[in-house]
Amino acid sequence: VIGLPEIVAVLMLVALNAYALTGGADFGGGVWDLGASGERKEAQRAHIAHSLAPIWEANHVWLIVMVVMLFTGFPAGFSTIAIVLHIPLAAMLIGIVLRGSAFIFRSYGSTTAGARRRWGVIFAAGSIVTPLFLGMVVGALASGAVGEASLRNADPSASFVQVYVAPWVGAFPIVIGLFALALFAFLAAVYLAYNAPEAALAEDFRRRALAAAAVVFVLAVRSFFLSFGHAPRVASAMMHGWFAIPLQIGTGVAAVTAILALRRRRYGVARAAAGAQVSGILWGWALAQYPFIVPPGLSIRAAAAPARTLELLVIGLAAGAAVLIPSLRYLLRVFASSPT
Amino acid sequence: MTDLFAARAQMALSLGFHIVFAEIGIAMPVLMVLAEWRWIKTGDDVYRQLARRWAKGTAVLFAVGAVSGTVLSFELGLLWPTFMRFAGPIIGIPFSLEGFAFFTEAIFLGVYLYGWDKISRRAHWVAGVIVAASGAASAVFVVMVNAWMNTPTGITMDGARVMAVDPIAGMFNPSTVQQAIHMLIAAYAATGFAVAGIHAAILLKAPQSALHLRALTLALIIGVPAAIMQPVSGDLSARVVARWQPVKLAALEGDFTTMRGAPLRIGGWPSEAESRTRYALEIPRGLSLLAFHDPNAEVKGLSDYARDLWPPVAPVHIAFQLMVALGTAMALIGVWVVVATIRKRPVAESRLLLRAIALATPFGFIATEAGWTVTEVGRQPWVVNGLVRTADAVTPMPGLVYPMTVFTLLYIGLAAVVVVVMKSIVGETT
Repeated sequence: VIGLPEIVAVLMLVALNAYALTGGADFGGGVWDLGASGERKEAQRAHIAHSLAPIWEANHVWLIVMVVMLFTGFPAGFSTIAIVLHIPLAAMLIGIVLRGSAFIFRSYGSTTAGARRRWGVIFAAGSIVTPLFLGMVVGALASGAVGEASLRNADPSASFVQVYVAPWVGAFPIVIGLFALALFAFLAAVYLAYNAPEAALAEDFRRRALAAAAVVFVLAVRSFFLSFGHAPRVASAMMHGWFAIPLQIGTGVAAVTAILALRRRRYGVARAAAGAQVSGILWGWALAQYPFIVPPGLSIRAAAAPARTLELLVIGLAAGAAVLIPSLRYLLRVFASSPT
Repeated sequence: MTDLFAARAQMALSLGFHIVFAEIGIAMPVLMVLAEWRWIKTGDDVYRQLARRWAKGTAVLFAVGAVSGTVLSFELGLLWPTFMRFAGPIIGIPFSLEGFAFFTEAIFLGVYLYGWDKISRRAHWVAGVIVAASGAASAVFVVMVNAWMNTPTGITMDGARVMAVDPIAGMFNPSTVQQAIHMLIAAYAATGFAVAGIHAAILLKAPQSALHLRALTLALIIGVPAAIMQPVSGDLSARVVARWQPVKLAALEGDFTTMRGAPLRIGGWPSEAESRTRYALEIPRGLSLLAFHDPNAEVKGLSDYARDLWPPVAPVHIAFQLMVALGTAMALIGVWVVVATIRKRPVAESRLLLRAIALATPFGFIATEAGWTVTEVGRQPWVVNGLVRTADAVTPMPGLVYPMTVFTLLYIGLAAVVVVVMKSIVGETT
């Protein structure tokens, strides 16, 4: 049945998807700042900084919107996740603080090359830590370990490690963390190739995008096989759910298209296909986890806020979107047309 | 250190850190827009330089505000999951609206900061106006949440169970209007005075600088009216507290005994053990007059309430005194500026006045921290007044002293860097 809780869950996923495609790619930019090399090293860094500067703060707000929707629409889900995953979420926040502040300090506060380099390293480190822990949070959630730990929390004999560490420290969440990092790096490289001001720079990021695509492929296969043992419910839904075949095929086609387009230097096509690929993976996870917000026990329905809140949330989101969408289009229009 | 104390310390630190950057994010765009407007009107290029310089500082401070705000949105759950489970369905609505206001602010700040040469002057100026307006809107939505924690409405309880919620009623609770006004004025007064103070200090050394003269004037245009209005807003806020949160009023006044014609205490040191406030200057019937506009009104003292419902009295009373003292000083400097202007004596020509303005640079921010302490510590032991105790809202995760230590070090480091970076921006040319 599709009711208000499902609608809010879908909207929340739209926000997460938008965050992955925009804010996620910004983290990927930090990875390539660290990975800058060759004779155009500084030009690569300048291109990354130039692309990020006007948009990263707006992109980042998608995460806040997502979290606010989570605690408004599904307060029981938010509190369970926040209790069990305190440590990786706090680590992610530290990454967010370091990434954002180091980026701005590098642009505005550093006069010497040495200072710029030091802030650059912190910017890159924050850009790596954040997606890694974000992915681990998602992996822990999908595996059902968060839900099981929160049930165990009532049991006084459960140890700190069992409840607060074990759910997110394991082969599966770690591989999902690396997978998220690789996906964001891949997205960023494709975007940076697309809007590169000169062909040589586009070529640098094209090579990086292809390399990242290979890593994404390896980690996708790895996480797929690990999921049978570590996240059996999600794995089985990914195989047998009504959406499984079309979504798998769609995501696969997008992935292949992205690589072929990169090979032929059709960057516009590559950008769209890479975005579709990342979105396909995200929606696949969400559909496989349905109807649970914190598997195995807490469903979207059970975690949902009262109907009045959900109604107002949907109205508020609609009103917000009416302001937001034209504003975002304006932002992108002002800065997209500027390969300086 | 108990886990509860560590969680409270971490939350207080995170809010205390963020609020400074939030105030700057509300008020700096107004200054930038004002300077740019003067440039468009007069063609005086110094105003354009000034707008760009202020924009540079704003870019840094806004980024730090954005990341520290993100930390807060998660910390609500990381530290207080039970509170969020209870309150999420109500406070989530103003938080969602705040999310969109903040989104709009971030988008148009990007346009403003990086679009100087990409769009028309008028479009650029309008982008700045949108930043200023959405910044003020964000503040109002966030303060709605805090006002609800002070005077919760829109929630129907049956014992400990929530029966029904009405988020709209929650947003427009009895504290909303006065708290929102008080916070907005605080942002303009604190930021206006801080900016005026920095430029006044430079003018003391370089009295002829055209840029700093114009900067001082614009900053005072924002800061002075706000500082003069703030005592009035403070009085209105205190009357809301008197009506709806009598325990908080008693604590912030250091008032232990219920009486008619209660005196107003200035200064003093409240002792919970002795249930009295020593060394205060008492103005007879002052409190009854201020709080209820009746010199014989009865004001409840703390002794009327069970001990476990008292907030920590000394910190609340002292923070309140500090806030009032600094606010009064700013208002008096504001009046001085107004008098000098009426007498056609330029502010920059009075070294004494410049010194006073320079001295007051941090006053607004310190007063804000003190005011925030009054409203938050003064609400203890409750996180949602009368409904949820702070002690019951804290996460069950043990070892909270560790995240508290990590975030403390992170924020100390960040604050130090911000100071260094701002110094370099201010000192670029004098």
